[in-house]
Amino acid sequence: MHETSPSAPARALTPETLAKAPAIVGLYPQKRSATMPLLHLVQEDRGYITQEDMTWVAELVGVTPMQVLEVVTFYPMYRQSPIGRRHVRVCRTLSCALRGSYALMSELEKSLNCARGETSPDGNFTLGFVECVADCGCGPVVHVDGSMHENVKPEDAAAFTQKLKATLTDPTYGQKTPVPGTPEWNG
Amino acid sequence: MSAVERPLIYANLRKPGYTVDIDCYQKHGGYEALKKAVAMKPEEVCKEVETSGLRGRGGAGFPTGMKWKFLDRKSGKPIYLVVNADESEPGTYKDRQIIYQDPHQMLEGIAITAWAIQAKQAFIYIRGEFIHGAKILENAIAEAKAKGYLGQNILGSGYSCEVVVHRGGGCYVCGEETGLIESLEGKRGYPRIKPPYFPAVLGLYNCPTIVNNAETMAQVKHVLAFGGAEFAKIGIPGDSGTHIWCVSGLVKRPGLYEIEAGKATFGQLLYDFCGGPLDGRTFKAIIPGGSSTKILKIGERFKGKLPNGQEFDWAVEDIPLDSNSIAACGTGLGTGGTIVLDDSVEMIQALSNLNAFYAHETCGQCTPCREGSLWLSRVSKRITTGGGQESDVPLLLDIANQVAGRTICAHGEAVAWPVQSAVPKFKDEYVESIRKRVKGEDLPKLKLI
Repeated sequence: MHETSPSAPARALTPETLAKAPAIVGLYPQKRSATMPLLHLVQEDRGYITQEDMTWVAELVGVTPMQVLEVVTFYPMYRQSPIGRRHVRVCRTLSCALRGSYALMSELEKSLNCARGETSPDGNFTLGFVECVADCGCGPVVHVDGSMHENVKPEDAAAFTQKLKATLTDPTYGQKTPVPGTPEWNG
Repeated sequence: MSAVERPLIYANLRKPGYTVDIDCYQKHGGYEALKKAVAMKPEEVCKEVETSGLRGRGGAGFPTGMKWKFLDRKSGKPIYLVVNADESEPGTYKDRQIIYQDPHQMLEGIAITAWAIQAKQAFIYIRGEFIHGAKILENAIAEAKAKGYLGQNILGSGYSCEVVVHRGGGCYVCGEETGLIESLEGKRGYPRIKPPYFPAVLGLYNCPTIVNNAETMAQVKHVLAFGGAEFAKIGIPGDSGTHIWCVSGLVKRPGLYEIEAGKATFGQLLYDFCGGPLDGRTFKAIIPGGSSTKILKIGERFKGKLPNGQEFDWAVEDIPLDSNSIAACGTGLGTGGTIVLDDSVEMIQALSNLNAFYAHETCGQCTPCREGSLWLSRVSKRITTGGGQESDVPLLLDIANQVAGRTICAHGEAVAWPVQSAVPKFKDEYVESIRKRVKGEDLPKLKLI
């Protein structure tokens, strides 16, 4: 594998994750179909997927670890190394670009102190482009850890950054159920 | 005459106070169509859908009833229903609204379809990024099971169907039905070659499988609610029901507009519904049905004959919003994702943006697509960065011509069509873009790549 291993050893998966796995495998007529949901489960637990995780998934679904690696390297959502505490992804594709997503990206690079494709030195943000996330009428859109932020104009980048920074000290971040009718609900 | 919307799919979700829970859906007549369906024989339900003239809403516009007829029912293998909710065609955002705001409408269509094709297991393949959407669907499935609309012994009929929500991994090619099936089997989403892998015969786990788009499922519910013959009266002959137009880009009011097929024109969509161009701008081009469909240049005229023999002579603004009329103009209705470009857009940058998308999303299986998409992306990008030469313009076309028709799946066409349609229409502007950069002249403010 050409991907660099993280310097710190990966922490173990939580007991909750381990407990959920058999039920996921049981949903499918053939076990191998559970590969992707199990990888999502791992990544949502730890933030990235290690070689040990792939071996674990492979055993659960009855394939070789290499066959799981093939899946991990094919789908853009899976990661093999840690990222920042907030994953900020600006939609790059035409509809959002027409509404200024490239200018927004340049502004966010400054306000988040983070180049595209990289993680900020303080480890708080990973910034990158994403291809069309199916919210084209509200561009530019920014997808942050699974929630959608719509109509983020380049001139709003500084305020948007402040909003993201505020979430770093919010202990309930990511645990609240979105309110219907809000952009969070539609994320 | 001014055109009006006719919300069918979006009728409820737009009502103030409408929520995703099953009680709200039932208060709005939810699951009545399913009751009607299970009181009928499965083949009668198939017949209603065939009579309705419903065409699939995933982009290809294939008649849904005919697709179901291709199903191999004699193999003795289990039949699967797979719902394609992997909405990822750039410019398209219609299925998202159904999933997030009216999931039961789609589930009712799934239950009806499963009954019609006698599938005991259905999968909803949803975009990996729709994390909350997947949760909404899982909750809705649990609610529907508790009320006997899904799961074991549906409405006391003795028939059972389980529905599983399966999240993708952010990969465009998994929207292609055979790529989706491979992905659902836990592999890379490499599309399969047809023949022999027609899903209706050799689909999921090599069993007969129907893959239908998420919105198609919602439309099926309305086919049953109206009855096939009544549904066929909505829209025009050959294209029944409503189309959800997802307008994005440079218009005053981008948004979703649900219009009866053939009952408005692009001109009405752009001006009446979307409020026209931004102040001080003029429209330059539209990509009518998702980024893979061929671009239309404002000012072009289209002459020819429709399948029904009617002759036409239209400007872009005159084209009626139905599949046959749009196809007659050399492009496609696709998913209804209309991307609007105005005079502030430098066309080579717009093309380069899309080329970068297709290069990113090629699965790499077929050499013409893997290499061609990357070359197209590099050649168009080098024009935008000042390294282009005039011969790059015909080169783009030459590469695209070598991709289309030479690949396992339609990603090859999706790579080629934007280039094949845009180069002849905008080549003079591309040459001008190359010249400007050589001379160091001012470039447009809007950056697209």
